[in-house]
Amino acid sequence: MLKTRVIPTLLYKDDSLVKGVAFDSWRTIGSAMQAVKVYNMRGVDELVFLDVAASAEGRVVDFSLIDEIADECFMPLTVGGGVRSTNNVRELLKVGADKVSINTAAVLNPKLISEAAKVFGSQCVVVSIDSKKHTSGDYEVFIKAGKAPTGINPVDLAKKAESLGAGEILLTSIERDGTMQGYDLELIKKVTEAVSIPVIASGGAGSYEDMEKAIKHSGASAVAASSIFQFTHSTPLEAKTYLKSKNINVRI
Amino acid sequence: MAMTVAIIDYDAGNLDSVNRAVKECGGAAFITKNPEDLKKCSHIILPGVGVFSDSIKRLRQSGMERALQTQVLENKIPFLGICLGMQLLAEQGTEGGEANGLGFINGEVVRFQPEQGERIPHIGWNEVVFNQGCPLFEGIESGKDFYFVHSFHFVCAKTEDIAATTPYCGGFVSAVWKDNIFGVQFHPEKSQTVGFKVLKNFLGLC
Repeated sequence: MLKTRVIPTLLYKDDSLVKGVAFDSWRTIGSAMQAVKVYNMRGVDELVFLDVAASAEGRVVDFSLIDEIADECFMPLTVGGGVRSTNNVRELLKVGADKVSINTAAVLNPKLISEAAKVFGSQCVVVSIDSKKHTSGDYEVFIKAGKAPTGINPVDLAKKAESLGAGEILLTSIERDGTMQGYDLELIKKVTEAVSIPVIASGGAGSYEDMEKAIKHSGASAVAASSIFQFTHSTPLEAKTYLKSKNINVRI
Repeated sequence: MAMTVAIIDYDAGNLDSVNRAVKECGGAAFITKNPEDLKKCSHIILPGVGVFSDSIKRLRQSGMERALQTQVLENKIPFLGICLGMQLLAEQGTEGGEANGLGFINGEVVRFQPEQGERIPHIGWNEVVFNQGCPLFEGIESGKDFYFVHSFHFVCAKTEDIAATTPYCGGFVSAVWKDNIFGVQFHPEKSQTVGFKVLKNFLGLC
């Protein structure tokens, strides 16, 4: 039975590990390398590493940084940050990423998804979708680390990404990110019901129960979390132990 | 010859992870694009992340296929194919268009047919259930989770070549074994403790 994954997310900006609230008020929380080593020692299921400043600064994540990080990672690693060409994908896979996340480029140049899938295989291509819920209740995709509205619905983008060859969706609720108030269960469910590729829920995890709901209620194949592991005593292993007690298949 | 692993570079990603993992397991390894180098090793690993049709073409065009036929089929050097590297052992693959594989193990590589609720690609940790006394799995409990990330799988023509299966889409072959030739669909270099045990077992073969 395929196990549900619990995936710590590391966000990187200005040479440091950072965390924000609703993609804003970024504060430095430590060394990225240190965090990677700790997670590696803990044997987590996977790690997601995103350079949140790259797109807005018109560059791609630093390959030598990823090379160093991958050297400390003996678990699957997904990397993103300003990826905009198949050469970027090639370089990242070469230095040690297992999967490459495409966010801004998925909207500005969707052909990149199909090109990357054609050359490297769908299983390497993660399309990362950041979505904001407006007071009207409507959802809208934002790119460039939540700064630029697109007028696109996240469900439509997820379906398009799948049809272009994406292997996985990383779905983040912008307004919930960093709040530890729970995932946007409705958003996740809309997307998991619209696609048949795995969906990783992200943005808002504040408790193990939140993760349970994202999986059981909303159909997420994996749960990503950042603040809960950085700012509380919660750990990925404890999360999985809890999920297992709720009859969710996890790797322990 | 002292134990040295040749890790084949055919532009199919993921080399560094395999290289580091082999070293973590106490092995000496080098990465090569040169078919001649297959004469200078005691073990061969064909890693792989990519698309079947393009990858087999590159193996063929570089002369690597011929070198593999000599070293693996004739000289019986222990060989381990990982993920795409295992799939390329097949006679035929369908990813990226129909193409002939190395044909070292009978069978073909086809896309998963998901059952109710199953998502493709198959991504994450899943159980590997051993079929026979395969030396790769020595000292490992059957049913342990290994890391998978793929949309295609190897359908063996002969059941005796099946070394392990994994429950997904009705069950699929997750490892193959024939003489000195081994293939694993999962990524041992990413599967932490159990994965490293598989690599150590491979390195221990003569």
